[in-house]
Amino acid sequence: MTFLVDLLAATLRNATPLVYGTVGETYAERSGVLNLGIEGTMYAGAFTGFAVAWVTGSPLAGLLAAIMVGILAGAIMALMTVTFGANQHVSGIGLTIGLIGLSEFANRLIFQGGELQRIQPMPTVNPLAGAGLLGGIFDQYGLTWVAFLVVVPAAWWVLQRSSFGLEIRAVGENPEAADAAGVDVARTRYLALIIGGALMAIGGAFFTLALLGSFTLDIIAGRGWVCVALVIFGRWRIGRGVIGALLFSLIFSLQFRLRILPEFAALPFEVLLALPYLVIIGALALSGRNVAYPGAYLKPYRRS
Amino acid sequence: MRRISPWSTPALVVSAVLITFVITAGPILVAGANPIEAYVAFVVLPLTSQFTLLEVLVTSTPIMLTGAAVAIAFRAGYWNIGAEGQLLLGAIAAAGIGTLVGGIPPILALPIMVAGGAIAGAAWAIVPALLRVRFGIDEVVTTLLLNPVALLLVNGLLHGPWRDPVTGFPESPRIAATAEFPTLVERSRLHLGFLLALVVIAAAWYVLARTPAGLRLRATGLSPHGARFAGINVGATILGAALVSGAIAGIAGVSEVAGIQNRLTGGLSPGYGYTGIVVAMLGTLAMPGVAVAAIFLGDLTVGASSAARSLGIPSQLGAVTQGVLLLTTVALLAVRRHRARRTDGADAGPGGAVDSAAEVAT
Amino acid sequence: MTDSAPALELRGITKRFGDLVANDGIDLDVRGGEVHALLGENGAGKTTVMRIAYGLAHADAGEILVQGRPITVRSPRDAIRAGLGMVTQHFALVRPMSVAENLALGRARGLALDLAEAARRAAQASERFGIRVDPSRRVADLSVGEQQRVEILKALSRDCRVLILDEPTAVLVPAEVDSLFGTLRALVADGLAVVFISHKLAEVRAISDRVTVLRRGKLAGTVPGSTDERELARLMVGRPTFGVARPSDGPVEAATPVLAISGLHATGAGGLPALTDVALEVAAGEIVGIAGVSGNGQTELVEVLAGMRRPTSGSVRVGGEEVAGGDPQRMMRAGIGRIPEDRHASLIGDLSVAYNLVLERLDDFRRGGRIDEASIRRHAHELIERFDIRARPDDPVASLSGGNIQKVLLARVLSRDPRVIVVAQPTRGLDVGATEYVRSQLLERRAAGAAILLVSEDLDELLALADRLVVFYEGRVVGAMPRADVDVERLSMLMAGRGAAA
Repeated sequence: MTFLVDLLAATLRNATPLVYGTVGETYAERSGVLNLGIEGTMYAGAFTGFAVAWVTGSPLAGLLAAIMVGILAGAIMALMTVTFGANQHVSGIGLTIGLIGLSEFANRLIFQGGELQRIQPMPTVNPLAGAGLLGGIFDQYGLTWVAFLVVVPAAWWVLQRSSFGLEIRAVGENPEAADAAGVDVARTRYLALIIGGALMAIGGAFFTLALLGSFTLDIIAGRGWVCVALVIFGRWRIGRGVIGALLFSLIFSLQFRLRILPEFAALPFEVLLALPYLVIIGALALSGRNVAYPGAYLKPYRRS
Repeated sequence: MRRISPWSTPALVVSAVLITFVITAGPILVAGANPIEAYVAFVVLPLTSQFTLLEVLVTSTPIMLTGAAVAIAFRAGYWNIGAEGQLLLGAIAAAGIGTLVGGIPPILALPIMVAGGAIAGAAWAIVPALLRVRFGIDEVVTTLLLNPVALLLVNGLLHGPWRDPVTGFPESPRIAATAEFPTLVERSRLHLGFLLALVVIAAAWYVLARTPAGLRLRATGLSPHGARFAGINVGATILGAALVSGAIAGIAGVSEVAGIQNRLTGGLSPGYGYTGIVVAMLGTLAMPGVAVAAIFLGDLTVGASSAARSLGIPSQLGAVTQGVLLLTTVALLAVRRHRARRTDGADAGPGGAVDSAAEVAT
Repeated sequence: MTDSAPALELRGITKRFGDLVANDGIDLDVRGGEVHALLGENGAGKTTVMRIAYGLAHADAGEILVQGRPITVRSPRDAIRAGLGMVTQHFALVRPMSVAENLALGRARGLALDLAEAARRAAQASERFGIRVDPSRRVADLSVGEQQRVEILKALSRDCRVLILDEPTAVLVPAEVDSLFGTLRALVADGLAVVFISHKLAEVRAISDRVTVLRRGKLAGTVPGSTDERELARLMVGRPTFGVARPSDGPVEAATPVLAISGLHATGAGGLPALTDVALEVAAGEIVGIAGVSGNGQTELVEVLAGMRRPTSGSVRVGGEEVAGGDPQRMMRAGIGRIPEDRHASLIGDLSVAYNLVLERLDDFRRGGRIDEASIRRHAHELIERFDIRARPDDPVASLSGGNIQKVLLARVLSRDPRVIVVAQPTRGLDVGATEYVRSQLLERRAAGAAILLVSEDLDELLALADRLVVFYEGRVVGAMPRADVDVERLSMLMAGRGAAA
C-alpha cells in the first residue's frame, strides 16, 4: 500500500515537467510550428531558475527568470520560423544546441565547475495531510498543483473555447483562411511560441527549483524529446497529452522503484532507465500511425 | 533563369559565420575577454602550428563522418536526428569486435571492425526508418528518443558486463593492438579515421552527384510526390538513405574507438551526432561543403579549448557558436530562397529551403 | 446612389512578379447596387488585382479608394474594416472547424469567443438574403456549394459593402449557379456592390451590369453588361475565339479498345468511395472526354491510371494487359503517358529541366554505374527544341512559367510515344498561345493513333477536342455520347446528377 501511494505520488511529481513541456509544445504545434527547441528551452529554464534562485535566495525569482528565458527562446524560434520562414527542424535543433551551450557556458562562469551547489527547494503543499495514508499522494510541490489544477484546464480552455485559441488552431490548420478572415498569422504564431516557450521553461525549472534543488549537466536528458512524442501520442489534444505524460511518468516512476528490488539487482539500472523511452516509441508505433497532423504543420506562411 | 541573384553559396556561408561571430561576441564580453582576440584564438591560432593543425584534423574526423551521415539523410528528406545514437552503437560494436580480433592481422581486423560498426549504426537506424516508411510515423521523434537510449546502453555496458575488471572504472577493456587505427603522422593523434572520412565524403559525393541512385535520392528529398509520380520507389529510397546514414554515423563511432580512445568510454562523444547537423547545414548538404565545414568546426573546437586556457573563456562557447551558426545558416538559406522564388512557382515542401540550397551547391 | 462616389475604386494598380507584369496600371470603379464583372483569360491578372484590393497581395503602385476615400490596405484586416469582403477561389475556410467557428474567426474582442453571437448573425444574414447554412456543422462535411454560402455569409456578417467573388461558378453545377445568381441579385438590390471575376462569357452577360475586361495584365476596356459575346471575346483575347479544334473526320471505327476499364472501384482521400463501378473504353486514335463538376471522381480516376492510387477492385487493361493496382513504373511500362492536373507536383521544381525530362527513365540514361550527363543534355536540347520550351536545360523547373512547365511535362510524356495518354485540365491557367499548342499536340497524338482520355472542367475544351464524352457524377458514369450528339442542356443535367429526370 505504501508502495502504491509512493508510486502514485512519484508519478504526479515526475509528470509535472512533462505536463508543462507537452502543453507548451502543443501550443507551438497547433499554431503550425514544430518547436524542437524544447529540449534546450527546458534546459535553459532549469539552469536559469537555479542560478537566479541561488544568487537571490528566492526560488520565486528563479522561476520568473526561467519564464523570461522561455519567452525569449520562444521568440527566437518565432523569429526563425515565422519571420525568416526557416526550416523548423533545423531551427529547433539549433536553438536547443545554442541554449544548452549557453547554459553550460554560464554555469562554468558562475560556478567555476566547483562542487555542486544547492538551494533550498520549493516546499511541498499537502491539503490532505491529515487524510491518512492516501493523503500522501497529494504531498506535492506547488508547481505540480499549479500544473494540474491551473495550467492544464486554463490551457485547454484557451485553446478550445477562447477566440485566441480559435486563432491559434486556425493559423495552424489553414493560415490562408485565417489571414483572409483578418487574423494576424505572424502575431498569433509568435504568441503561441512565446506561451509555449514559457511553459517549457517552467517545466525545466521544476527540476532544479523543486525536485532536485541543484543543477547538474544533462539534467533534462531527452525529456524535451519525450514531450514532442507525447504531443503526437496525444494527437495535439491537451487532455490526451497529459494522460500520455502520466503514463510515461508512471512507467518511469515504476522502474525507479523496481531497481531497488532484489529481483532486479542483476540488471544494470540503465536498462530499466531506458524502458520509458522504449515504451513511448512503442506507443507511437501503435497509436501514431497515419495521424492527422495540423494542416499547416512545418509550413511557413507568406503572402505573395 | 528567373532566380533573382541567388547569392553564391560560399558567400552565404561566410556571411553566416560573420553574423555568428557578431552574436557570440556577447558571451565573450561577458566572460571578460576581447572578442577579436578570442576569434583569432578560435580560428587562426590552431592553424599556425603543425601540432594544432593536426589536432584540427583529428577533431574534424568524427564530425565529418556524422556530417556526411546527416547530409545524406536530409537530402533524401529523412530527418535523421539520431546520428548521436548511431555513432554510439558503432562505438560499442568496435569496442566489442576490437577485443576479439587480437589474432588477426590489421588488414583483416580493421575492415571487420569498420563493417561491424557500420552494421551496428544501420541497425540502430532501421526501426525509425521502417516506422516512417511503413506507417508514416515521424522519424524526428523516434530518432531523437533513441539517442538517450543508446547512451544508456553504453553506460549499462560500462557499469555492467564491460566494467574494467582491474581498475573498476567504467571503461571497457582495451581493444587489441591490431585493431587500433594506425596514425598517419608520427607523434600526432591523426589516425586512419581521417582518411576514412575523406573516402566516405568522396564516395558520397560521387553517388549523390553522378549516379542514378543519387539522383533518385535527391529527387525524393526535393519532392516525394513528384518522385513517386516519376516511378521512383520513394519508400525504398528513404529506407536506403536512412540505413546508409546510420552506417556512416556508426563508422564515426568506430573511428573514435579505434583511433582515439582504444576502448568504450562514457564520454566518447560530446555530441558529435548533433554537431553533425551543424556541419551538414553549414556545408549546405553538399559533400565538399561538409568536408570544409567539418574542418572549420574542428578548428573552432581546438581553438575554443585552447582559448579556455589562455583567455579564460569557457570552452562551452564552442557549443554556443555551433547553435548560433546553425540558426544563422538556416535563416540565410530561407531568406535567399524567398528572394529567389517566383511567386506563382511551385512551393517546395517543408524541407525545400534546405534541399534546394544543396541543389545549387552540388 | 448612382451620383455618389463609387463603392470601390482602383487607380493605376501595378504588380510585378519578377519580370512578369501581372497588373499594369489597372483602373476600376465599382458602384453600389451593381454586379461588376471582371472578365479575362486565365493569367490576365483578374485575381491578382482583386487580391491586392483585399490585402492578400501588395501592389507595387496604385491607389485604392472606398466611397471616394483613399485607404491603405496592408492586410485583409484593413480591407474588412473598410467594408470589403472576398470569396477566394480556394475557399478560405478552416475545414475541421464548424461553420460558427469559421464565422467567428478574426472577430476577436478580448479572449471571449461568442459562438452564439456568430450563429445569430449568420441567422440574420440568412434571413435577409435567403442563404441557408447550419452553423453547427463542420465545414469539411459541407458540399462545395454550401461552403461557398458560408464564405458569402462570412463576408456579409461583417457588414461588407463590396463583395468580391473569384470564379464562383467554377465549382458549381448549373442549378447552384442559378441560386447563386439569385443571391447576388438580392445583394445588389440591397445596395451592395458585387465584383464577379470570371472567364465565362455567357455567365458574365447573364449577371453583370457592367464588365471590365483585362488582357495580359492590361485594361482592355469597361463595357455595359449587355455587350454581345463576340465583342467581349474580342476584348478578352484580342481575336474572336480559339483556333484549335478536333478535325471533323468521321466517327472512329469500332476498333478494339486500347484502354479498357471495367468495374472499377476506388476510395478517395477521406476513405470515402470516390469511384463506383466505372467502366469505359478508349480506342486508338480516339479522344474520350470526361465531363463533370470537379470532385466527382475524375481526380481519383486519373490517379488510378497514373499508378498513384490503388483501386479497391476492378480491371484496367492496356492493350489487353491487366494493370489495375500497378505502381507508376508499371503504368508507364504498359504504355500510359500521364499528365495530371497538378503539373507542379508531377515534376520536381528544384531539379533542372534536363533531369525532369529523364526522371521517369533514368536507366536509359546511364553509362556503367553513372548517369550519362552528356546524353541527358542532348536529350534536353532536343525536346526543348521540339516542344518549343522557353528554358535552358539547367534551369530549375520551378523558375519556368506555367505554360512552359506544362510543356516540360508534355515533352516528358509524349517523347516516349505512349499508346494511352491520360490528361487532366491540360490548359488550366495557360495563356492562349500555350493552350493552342497543348491542344494541337494532343490532336497530333490522336492522329498518330494514341488513345487519349481527357479530363476537363472546361466544357468548351471537351467539345473542341473529344470524339466522345463520358459524364461523371459522384464517382459513377452517368452518361456517354458521341460529340456529334451532344446537347449542352442535357449534358448539364447529367453533370448535375439529374440524368434520370431528363
